[in-house]
Amino acid sequence: MCGIVGIYLKTKKFEKNLGKMLSGMLNNMESRGPDSAGFAIYKNESKKVYKFSLCINDLKFNTFKKEISKKIKRSKLNQIADHVILKTYEQPNKVIEVINSNFPKVSIVGYGRSIEIFKQVGNPKDIVKKFKLDNFSGTHGIGHTRMATESAITTDGSHPYSTGEDECLVHNGSLSNHNNLRRKLTKKGTIFNSENDTEVAAGYVSNSLANNKSLKDTLTSGLKDLDGFYTFIAGTRKGFAVVRDEIACKPAVIAETKNYVAIASEFQAMAHLPDVNSAKIFEPEPGIVYSWGK
Amino acid sequence: MKLDLKKKKLREINNNLQNLDTKKNERDFTIINPDGSHALCAGLNQEMKVLIKGHVGYYCAGMNQKAHVTIDGNVGTGVAENMMSGIVHVKGNASQSAGATAHGGLLVIDGDASSRCGISMKGIDIVVKGSVGHMSAFMAQSGTMIVCGDAGEALGDSLYETDIFVKGSVKSLGADCIEKKMEKKHLDKISTLLKKSEIKNIKPDGFKRYGSARKLYNFNIDNVSSY
Repeated sequence: MCGIVGIYLKTKKFEKNLGKMLSGMLNNMESRGPDSAGFAIYKNESKKVYKFSLCINDLKFNTFKKEISKKIKRSKLNQIADHVILKTYEQPNKVIEVINSNFPKVSIVGYGRSIEIFKQVGNPKDIVKKFKLDNFSGTHGIGHTRMATESAITTDGSHPYSTGEDECLVHNGSLSNHNNLRRKLTKKGTIFNSENDTEVAAGYVSNSLANNKSLKDTLTSGLKDLDGFYTFIAGTRKGFAVVRDEIACKPAVIAETKNYVAIASEFQAMAHLPDVNSAKIFEPEPGIVYSWGK
Repeated sequence: MKLDLKKKKLREINNNLQNLDTKKNERDFTIINPDGSHALCAGLNQEMKVLIKGHVGYYCAGMNQKAHVTIDGNVGTGVAENMMSGIVHVKGNASQSAGATAHGGLLVIDGDASSRCGISMKGIDIVVKGSVGHMSAFMAQSGTMIVCGDAGEALGDSLYETDIFVKGSVKSLGADCIEKKMEKKHLDKISTLLKKSEIKNIKPDGFKRYGSARKLYNFNIDNVSSY
């Protein structure tokens, strides 16, 4: 069992409240996943500046700041707990290379021109507080509360998984063919950082998007290629999509109003959202991809 | 009596309803602010009327006996699961496994029910005004299921003796489930249940009847090599 949540704003009305809306959703999904939690927020898309979400673990922020400034010029750092958002004009390839070869203690949680990702081991309520999610604004966000089953309770095993620029994926369920698929994708050049099944699904999505397939088409082919139980929410810079496997044991409920679309494993995750009682509420049908975005 | 889930705890409200003081005359309750709570009104065992205003979570009115529970909203997984008697009426949509394993009583769903509606039902009557999802009435043993809309894939798979009536289309029938002849007694049954469910705008004619071919009842020795 895990809890997944997502919210996409159709209008600007709630942009300032996005963090608060998402944190309420994560708090209410604590019962489905008390082991770790994480969230991805899409905000302030920039044309030139790249944002890197980094987990510096037990490395001291000032030490990291001093060292990274020498290697990457014109960078700006913002620390929130053990995560750092690094903003730079440098290209992703270079930044990833610099971090991987100089900072073995730092892990890259994700990067892009809009996405910021935070995830950590612990109770969702504490994680949400620690990363000050309430203060975030943005256009859309995705979150996850994890009850670990197939791999250990670690930061690497926490969701969301991001395996491409401005992409992320959260998953409720388990995959049974992830080892085979990981081998296939590794051959194609996808790099995986954990033993986790969801990361493979994220890699599958990234690989397909990189081949210019749409998110909707990608998830539709995923129904054939990904074997197991799942409800996925996949996010991109432009929006997000949700899909359930055809057996549909893993729950999901969608609430749509004129201002937003919210998805969660259970209705109680969204009971606090504005106007939810007058929202159009429905369950995504098995094997059908639903997507929202520009 | 009004019960507010913002003011009282779920456990307290359930406890009060489960241990109703039968010497008192208070038999009418309205629950507000359910906010998707799980197991609301589970295990009620006295005659009473409960109206829940809003959406609820899993296993609402599970194991119900005698009580009449109305939900003015949507319900999560397993509404009225293992119900023994009484009436559960959902005015919105129901998630999966509605009325699962229930032995008796009546479950009415005004909207749609998703997958596995009436799975392993053992005597309950289920009336769905909308449609049902895949694997509905899976291994259903007895009772009646009426679907005024459409049914998803594998309806009535491995069915025993539940009577299924569907007005709309059936995407596919499950193993050992076949269409059967509609007789007057079946029309009467539909008519009675629609009336009991207070569904007035749907006529009892035009339904098709599905039941068990009874070929899976006993092990077929010709299949021995398959195991």
